[in-house]
Amino acid sequence: MLLITCPWCGPREETEFRYGGQAHVAYPADPEALSDEDWARYLFFRDNPKGTFVERWVHSAGCRRWFTTVRDTVTNEFSREREGRA
Amino acid sequence: MRLANGGRRIDRSVPLTFTLDGVELTGFRGDTLASAMIANGIIQVAPSLYRGRPRGIVSAGVAEPCALVQVGPEPSRPATTVELYEGLCARTLRGVGRLDPAAETLRSDKKYVHTDVLVVGGGPAGVAAALAASAGEARVILVDDRPDPDGGPLDPEPLGERPEVRVLSRATAFGYYDGNYVLIAQRNRLWHVRARRVVLATGAQERPIVFADNDRPGIMLASAVRTYLSEYAVLPGRAAVVVTTNDSAYFAAFELAAAGARVEAIVDTRSAPPSDLAERAAALGIEILAGNRVTATEGDARLTAVSTMHKTIACDLLAVSGGWNPVVELFSQSRGTLRWDDRLAAFVPAVAAQATSVVGAANGTFDLAACLAEGAAAGTAAAREVGYPAPPLTLPVVETRGEAEPHPVWLMPGEGAPITWRDHFVDLQRDSTVADIARAIGAGLSSPEHVKRYTTIGTGSDQGRTSGVVALGVLAELLGRRSPGEVGSTTFRAPSVPIRFGLMAGRDRGPLHDPVRVTPLHSWHVAAGAEFEDVGQWQRPRCYPRHGEDSEAAVLRECRAARTGVAVQDVSTLGKIEVVGRDAGEFINRVYTNGFAKLSVGSARYGMMCGADGMVFDDGVVLRLAEDRYYLTTTTGGAANVLDWLEEWAQTEWPDLDVAFTSVTEQWATVAVVGPSSREVVTRLAPRLDASAVAFPFMTFREAELVSGIPARIARISFSGELAFEVNVASWYGAATWEAVMAVGADLDITPYGTEAMHVLRAEKGFPIVGQDTDGTVTPHDLGMSWIVSRGKDFLGKRSLRRPDTVRTDRKQLVGLLPVDPDELLPEGAQLVADGVSPEPPVPMLGHVTSSYRSATLARTFALALVKDGRNRIGQTVLAPLGEKTIAARITEPVFYDKEGTRRDG
Repeated sequence: MLLITCPWCGPREETEFRYGGQAHVAYPADPEALSDEDWARYLFFRDNPKGTFVERWVHSAGCRRWFTTVRDTVTNEFSREREGRA
Repeated sequence: MRLANGGRRIDRSVPLTFTLDGVELTGFRGDTLASAMIANGIIQVAPSLYRGRPRGIVSAGVAEPCALVQVGPEPSRPATTVELYEGLCARTLRGVGRLDPAAETLRSDKKYVHTDVLVVGGGPAGVAAALAASAGEARVILVDDRPDPDGGPLDPEPLGERPEVRVLSRATAFGYYDGNYVLIAQRNRLWHVRARRVVLATGAQERPIVFADNDRPGIMLASAVRTYLSEYAVLPGRAAVVVTTNDSAYFAAFELAAAGARVEAIVDTRSAPPSDLAERAAALGIEILAGNRVTATEGDARLTAVSTMHKTIACDLLAVSGGWNPVVELFSQSRGTLRWDDRLAAFVPAVAAQATSVVGAANGTFDLAACLAEGAAAGTAAAREVGYPAPPLTLPVVETRGEAEPHPVWLMPGEGAPITWRDHFVDLQRDSTVADIARAIGAGLSSPEHVKRYTTIGTGSDQGRTSGVVALGVLAELLGRRSPGEVGSTTFRAPSVPIRFGLMAGRDRGPLHDPVRVTPLHSWHVAAGAEFEDVGQWQRPRCYPRHGEDSEAAVLRECRAARTGVAVQDVSTLGKIEVVGRDAGEFINRVYTNGFAKLSVGSARYGMMCGADGMVFDDGVVLRLAEDRYYLTTTTGGAANVLDWLEEWAQTEWPDLDVAFTSVTEQWATVAVVGPSSREVVTRLAPRLDASAVAFPFMTFREAELVSGIPARIARISFSGELAFEVNVASWYGAATWEAVMAVGADLDITPYGTEAMHVLRAEKGFPIVGQDTDGTVTPHDLGMSWIVSRGKDFLGKRSLRRPDTVRTDRKQLVGLLPVDPDELLPEGAQLVADGVSPEPPVPMLGHVTSSYRSATLARTFALALVKDGRNRIGQTVLAPLGEKTIAARITEPVFYDKEGTRRDG
């Protein structure tokens, strides 16, 4: 089980968190202007790298805050954790 | 046979009586069941599972493949790990044993701890590591599966005096997960340990050798023989032969001789055994058969003779050593990699994946002085790394003896081809042989993972501790490879020892498995004899059967009351969220599909939320309490998800909006008063409130004071189509308010109703329930609710509603169903097919029934269903094939009652 560092609460058990998937997938400024394909890319397409991955977590059983972090998907090591919103 | 002297673990002053297979026997405190059996001259256990071959005790610990016993309700325990106690009652088991069908009464607990350093294994290396790591301030846990750690020349005693040290005895670390998270089973306690550093000192496991008839009772691992002699003072045989590939088994021969056994010969696979051992053997009169092997064994059940290349030797004990495997299960589980060491002829740890170090025999270090030094160094390093440096440990000086190189032999051949070697056993618990491996290779397999699955080697409860590497050795040999290192290893998985489900569950079972949530009115419902159902974690009254009434009749009666008189329901479980902030209105307008910009203070509006994919996610009513304050209700089961959803968008996409969310579900108790007479009840309840349709219109709310003086927020909201009021009070006034409603409505025969009547009433009106009539693949348009989808503003999911997939005209749509026979009730979930299609599969499915009830109002059954292209099929007949029978139903509009909405104002 992972030990995840919440930028506000510090290191906590994985069970307190919910995973939010890839970070920096912004809600398009004008969804109506997008083609079907571009909108589908926003909805369904995500990276699935072997190695470092910038991702979102929410401390749902704690402070309820979202944050972004960088995890190595091979070793599960969090290499960089940055205070701030996703 | 028990020796007159010795036995480090036993206490001869405490004799214990126990029963094995119905026979009463005695042993001493400190014995294992296996050592006590040997003390009573018993080596033979139950026959093997598949072949029915006689089997005996093979090992002295957790690796035991054969001596499985049932102790009380616990099946498949190795007799070698069961500690003897007075009155112990055990039965030898052929195969896997039987679970007690009764619920487990044993209470188990869990403990969650953090530690700086976790040391697994209480042998010399582990004790050295624990002593060194704890010499400073670091918190240290030492885990050992025996009654006490045994550091050899190192006394573990000081550990007990250090306040930050915890020694877990009789405890087995069985799972090593990410983040240095280790699970440890200690009798009835499951430890969850998070460690900053882990030191694995898990030792090594001796492995057997495969030869013809290598499974007879009396054939035992040489190290087990030594353990039985030194720890328990029991002699497993009087006339012994030793067969070995390495030095260690010579000491078994010497110790057997010292204990009074006759050692007939040492069979050494090496042509030149080390001279010091040879001299010692000669002095004891033990013959060494160098460069030799075992070709056969004899015995009716128990071993009576061993044949070597040149002669047959009568004996009742054969001590076997095929070399040593570092115990790398936990290291491998932690994702550490292994490498094959040719000199040691074993897999050893290569690269750690976590903050782990491996010391002693587990690391392939077998010399005692080196084990102590390695353990102490790892302990000191761990203490330094966690920030609590400690002076290095002073180690006792111990004699070292250079080990001669082993000569690994996996397989001592028999006659003919390997595929006929059906009595060369590789895995004794699975009864798998060399012939099975040869057959696997014949079938084209060569990967260890495939061969393991084909032969089942290593899949027994002993996890192949004695058979795993031996099987790889045999496989390598049959494939013509040089060593197991060339075929690779299989993966180790948790749990590495059998663990009871009850231990995993701990106290999280029965009523404690999941929190039970009840409303402030719960005790009233219980006293009223309500039948309850679980909705998420909530317990809600399903109906209130009266004396002599079944639940079906109760639901019909409750529905009639709501349609013709007045009925009352506890709706406190609905999720409630306050949304506050300067931009609360803007935020709400973005997350609901319909417009909220014009909702005025004092008014309420039904709203629907979609995911970004356009699928219905939740629904509820929104009250505008003030310019900057809204009160949202959600479905009972969806409250937590909705709150998460709102937080996600506010924090991650729209941080510029000034808005905050607070769950107030448990702060309010809500009583729904429903039916044509509800206005009368509310008027009596809050006399100063003008509840007339003109003064208090539908979808508005009023702050009012009840006759009791309790402040209430009363809303005109209806989930039944009838005139209805929802009375919200602070939760601690809930019970008093409910009782007041019941009292003022008594003469109107006010009727409490449950969730089932609520479901029927809303279904008669065609109101869907999110999660029952939807399943995450349904859009508002599919529900026939295009009216709730704003054309103007953007909202979450809007763009998805014109994706090619969501504008298909043949999507599944919500429709009504009226069974042709008005008394037939369609089961919810029933699949629907077109009338007249061939019953031969594959039959195209049109959809399924989502809700189905008997209606008092319609005097018949009815249902809601999701049906492909449903709206265009209105008027058609569909069939629900149910095996025994088929129910025909006509597709209708989903609204069955009061289509014009004339009843909501009373």
